[in-house]
Amino acid sequence: MTDTLAPPARSRQNARRAPRSAATSRRWGVVATYVAMSLLAVVFLFPLVFMFVSSLKPDAQILQDIDSPMAFLPVGDISLDNYFGVFDRVPVAQFMFNSVLVTVLTVGLGLVVNSMAGFALSRLAWRGRIVVLAVIIATLIVPFETIAVPMVYWVAQLPTLVFEGGVLKYDFGWLNTYEVQIVPFIANAFSIFLFTQYFSTIPKSLDEAARIDGASWFGIYRRIIVPLSGPAFATVAILTFLPAWNQYLWPLMVVQKENLRPVMVGMQYFFQLNTAWGEVMAYTSMITIPVLVVFLVFQRAFVSSIAASGVKG
Amino acid sequence: MTVTPPTVAAETPRRALHRLRTSRGRQAWAGWGMIAPAAILLLLFLVIPVILAFTLSFTNARLISPNPPRFVGVDNFIRAFTADPVFVQSIGNTALFALVVVPVQAGLGLALAVLVNRRLRGTTFFRVVFFIPVVTSIVVVSILWKFLYREDGLVNSMIDAVTFGLWSGTDWLNDPSTALGAIIVMSIWQAVGFHMIIWLSGLQTIPEELYEAARMDGASPWRQFTNVTWPGLRPTMVFVLVTITIAALGLFVQIDVMTQGGPQGATSTIVFHAVRKGYEQQEIGYAAAISLIFFVAVLIIALIQRRLTREKD
Repeated sequence: MTDTLAPPARSRQNARRAPRSAATSRRWGVVATYVAMSLLAVVFLFPLVFMFVSSLKPDAQILQDIDSPMAFLPVGDISLDNYFGVFDRVPVAQFMFNSVLVTVLTVGLGLVVNSMAGFALSRLAWRGRIVVLAVIIATLIVPFETIAVPMVYWVAQLPTLVFEGGVLKYDFGWLNTYEVQIVPFIANAFSIFLFTQYFSTIPKSLDEAARIDGASWFGIYRRIIVPLSGPAFATVAILTFLPAWNQYLWPLMVVQKENLRPVMVGMQYFFQLNTAWGEVMAYTSMITIPVLVVFLVFQRAFVSSIAASGVKG
Repeated sequence: MTVTPPTVAAETPRRALHRLRTSRGRQAWAGWGMIAPAAILLLLFLVIPVILAFTLSFTNARLISPNPPRFVGVDNFIRAFTADPVFVQSIGNTALFALVVVPVQAGLGLALAVLVNRRLRGTTFFRVVFFIPVVTSIVVVSILWKFLYREDGLVNSMIDAVTFGLWSGTDWLNDPSTALGAIIVMSIWQAVGFHMIIWLSGLQTIPEELYEAARMDGASPWRQFTNVTWPGLRPTMVFVLVTITIAALGLFVQIDVMTQGGPQGATSTIVFHAVRKGYEQQEIGYAAAISLIFFVAVLIIALIQRRLTREKD
């Protein structure tokens, strides 16, 4: 198997050093590759291994083990005490709930809204389509950081209608709500772009056939295009899931109420007066494990999603 | 009697035209209807904030203030460059960060991609390992490394072990000469896996026949890389360079979590400074001006990169 799938690099060496045994140099090439990859694996994993291991140790032992390989081994006074300690210090369950809610709604609503937009832009002929597409692509170059501060000002005065005593009234703003963490991130120019690209590869004859059968345009979107576009939906879901779960700057600015804050902002509660590092490690482990599990389960989809995001060139 | 046929003949195309028109009309309605949710959301949370950033930058607006914003012309911009040494320092730090991170991260990403692009058993496993820091939240990563970088931290104890006690490191984040460097190393470590995947997808678009042909001509591995791999990666390179640059210029979370811009402004960045001014010190107008300067810089650099890479084609 490995012989037929000989990687280019090894064969290249063979061509150059013909006198030497081809099999020997090929084997050395493989060994060198594995050694390099393993060393790099250590570099990429050691901080996370350290985090998980330390989350099981009391503070004194964490600091003591740092000078030896013990820092990476779950030995000594191992317990889940830090994890229980986290629950005493912050409302972890509430933070988790908030993050899950915000992530699920942002990703879910985003899939619907952006795929509909992609459908309108790729499969429907209407005046203004080209202009709208151009504007959406142009917005891709606006980094969120540049509008974050004006956006706080904007959402702070954004009216919400409230029904009070039989009269419809304005309320003062969106600060300290769930919607301020969700609604601004539903529509996403890059997601629309990916959907538009993907939908335009599906044969148009399908639409025509469905039109003859009397299907509405929304029906065509719902019953023909969506079921055929699993990979596009997976890609957009993955690419929007990570930023939604990892949100930090925005909720830091617009959500002061503790019971509405997401997990990343919850971090702040651990850095008062004297930091309990064991608990910090337990908390960071708790908010990292769900993402790692999702990643490892859908690893193949993750990698192809990221690759798809780069293909646009 | 003889008049009838012409009438019918004249009416048929008109009716067909009418039907076409209503079909077009229905398509236009469907088009606008399906783009509407995304369009409205993008208008509210992207277009308006951009306009707002622009207009606020010429005022003295404050986040919470009894007085309405007053037009102050270009005062904010003059102040940024002449009366705000931390801002000037932030530009330097951001530029330095980008100048190091862009080439190093792109280069290491490519090296990793070439390494795991071989058809060897287990390469998928290593791809997953190298990608794990990417899915780990940058907030978590920053906290973790803040602990690793302490004077009595793991990084120093490893340096101590490797150099047999000759050099025992320093207090990385609290030393103005090393703080930014430490953040650079961590940032590259965290995101390089993302770009490895992008490069990998680029590598896999290069046809294997080209390598076979090159090998037949007796091309060395290096020549194969410069004559086959590198030209084939040009579109990928544009994407990688533009995304890394924009991400690097937007450096914020690492600073906010690890150093708060210190020590002595050594790690303050443009976005961090804008958020500090606009959010913590409530000077929205001034922060908007900084954001605008940042946006123009991003725009210019992205355009230059596009132009440079296009001219080479």
